[in-house]
Amino acid sequence: MKFFRGSSGPETIPAQGSQKLTRRSSGLGEVSRTWESAENLCVLDLGSTSPTNIRHFTEHGHRIYSEDLLTASTDPELLTKDEQGNAVLDSRKFLADNLVYPAAHFDFILCWNLPDYLDESLVKPVVGRLWSVLKPGGMLLAFFHTRDAGPDSPCHRFHIVGADTLEMQKIVLRREARRGPTGAVHTAISDGFQLQRVFNNRHIENLFRDFASIKFFLARDNVREVLVVR
Amino acid sequence: MSTSASGLAQIGKSVVIKGELSGSEDLYLDGQVEGSIALKGNSLTVGPNGQVKASVDAKGVVVQGKLEGNIQASDRVDLRKSAIVTGDISAQRISIEEGAFLKGKVEIHRADAK
Repeated sequence: MKFFRGSSGPETIPAQGSQKLTRRSSGLGEVSRTWESAENLCVLDLGSTSPTNIRHFTEHGHRIYSEDLLTASTDPELLTKDEQGNAVLDSRKFLADNLVYPAAHFDFILCWNLPDYLDESLVKPVVGRLWSVLKPGGMLLAFFHTRDAGPDSPCHRFHIVGADTLEMQKIVLRREARRGPTGAVHTAISDGFQLQRVFNNRHIENLFRDFASIKFFLARDNVREVLVVR
Repeated sequence: MSTSASGLAQIGKSVVIKGELSGSEDLYLDGQVEGSIALKGNSLTVGPNGQVKASVDAKGVVVQGKLEGNIQASDRVDLRKSAIVTGDISAQRISIEEGAFLKGKVEIHRADAK
């Protein structure tokens, strides 16, 4: 009897006993003003399951959906090959299994640093789906590394600890899946998620071109915060 | 199903059940269940070996193992650090330990909203 797909489960592992870094977030400060003055909003958190964030939103009387897209993208079932025989991820299958919500369902989407670490083949399809599940006027918050960030910039989980304050917790390990020549899937524990690319402002504007507005906040820690409104 | 010395009904880790599971006493489930679980007024604990693919309706739900399905609790839901839950949770109170995995919605309902 098969109860669960092979990949479902907590495969990202925060650093045990790692120090949580605190950072101010102007983008968070802007969106939190809205959710602190409203009730019964619908929020989608795309980071690793965060008890802190769930408590934060439920205490404000909101509904929160938690979906760890980065972990979901390591599902070995997604591995396929393109016409040139290169290993790629099947974005159609990914979107059939993830982000399955009614259109215009969410008031807020917390993307965190997802686009920087997500496989290239999934970035645009995911942003397209996020546009469709966000309500008109709804807001999406995402973080992007700037050009000054190193290739080894660690992937973090984000916990909301104040109106404009986040705790960042480094993810040190993840499960890695590769399909071998026989088609068998091999898995291994490897270092945390790798920064896939650095978006410049034009790339980011292009990525969110279907949204109504976009606002940039440049932070001191080589991170560019982006707030977009559908 | 057995009953422990404490009077708690138990489903051991070698037990596999398909269908509707209902009762009027607290249940500790460490086996596999596929279907639905209704324990209105009582509590369900999914042990570390438990694998549940079912909708759950109970007063309280504690998850240490895997649960795929929606949870409706009239009182509280506790997701322990080893919990892997895929489904929506509706409860008056919820506690989630660091390390627990959740894919789904969390909705807190007030007692006077019933």
